[in-house]
Amino acid sequence: MSEIIKVGMADLKTCISPDGVTTLGLGSCVGIALRDPVTKIGGLAHIMLPDSTAIRNSSQNIAKFADTGIVELVNQMEKLGANKARLEAKIAGGATMFQFNTNNGTMMIGERNVEASKQKLAELNIPVLAQDTGANYGRTVTYYPETGEFHIRAVGKAQTVI
Amino acid sequence: MGDMSLEKVSENYGDVLKEIGNIGAGNAMTALSQMLQCKVDMQVPQVKLLDFAEVGEIMGGEEQIMVGVFLGVEGDITGSMMFLVEQASAKHLINKIMMGMAPEGDEFTEMELSAMKEVGNIITGAYLNSLSSLTNLKIFPTPPQLTVDMACAILSVPAIYFGTMGDKILLIQSQFYDEVEIDGYFILIPDLDSYSKILTSLGIPVL
Repeated sequence: MSEIIKVGMADLKTCISPDGVTTLGLGSCVGIALRDPVTKIGGLAHIMLPDSTAIRNSSQNIAKFADTGIVELVNQMEKLGANKARLEAKIAGGATMFQFNTNNGTMMIGERNVEASKQKLAELNIPVLAQDTGANYGRTVTYYPETGEFHIRAVGKAQTVI
Repeated sequence: MGDMSLEKVSENYGDVLKEIGNIGAGNAMTALSQMLQCKVDMQVPQVKLLDFAEVGEIMGGEEQIMVGVFLGVEGDITGSMMFLVEQASAKHLINKIMMGMAPEGDEFTEMELSAMKEVGNIITGAYLNSLSSLTNLKIFPTPPQLTVDMACAILSVPAIYFGTMGDKILLIQSQFYDEVEIDGYFILIPDLDSYSKILTSLGIPVL
């Protein structure tokens, strides 16, 4: 029996096919799904903020940030036997849940999370095969490393697969 | 005051914060009952210090579809305030306000959303007003924003804000209900710096 492993907010988990990983209700956070298509090792990070170096208090939770979260996920997958050179990514989330008139930093956080995630993946030479990001609604995502399918559900919309 | 932390606030002043929630939500309930012309009750407010992973679970599950009205809090204190109602409850509430004229179905029309936003505006205003008279602090809400979405996605907005400061979120949660089917929440989320202002203004020595 395959299992779907749940990832919380500011959390990350790995899995091996036929298991999958899921995270519920991504808002402005971003879900970064990775897999090694050969070993079928996969993982999902649910990050909240773009940059660990821009925070005034040091945080204990490295899964919270795009930069440190992605690196940690890659490390954990490598420990399971994934080959970093083969990794591929899909990302979702980064919505703007409420439209405010002000364009200050915290409000544009969804976009910044997406940008930071893509930048970190580019640094690590991990290609982003598909993305479903932005807009103004939350997403529940499930990733299957067997096929690399990333299932995305949103309120009042049909499920999409990227 | 430099070493004020969310842990310290919740441990030492939890009862005061609960009382604030009680008074604020009590006033908001009065405003809501007047609007609906029926009795609305509330539960004892809870002060919650949560890990981010727990945030989605506080209102019946991460994917519970909620109507969320969100407003910023400005003035002497800063933070945010949310008024969240489960989808079916929101329908029921709007229908009562529109004297049974609301259309059937799960979807919300523009008119219904606008009515809901106004309800949110009035009752969060009542909440913040009572907090303002209690503390003698100037507290202004920003115009309300509304969304219909999964609870966890809505709550990611204040959670991310807290994420910039630490690994936990502190909130004052009040739950309300009527005899039949209205079920909703008020969540007051002051910024860390605002707690000492609130406590000091109430004459509570802040250690």
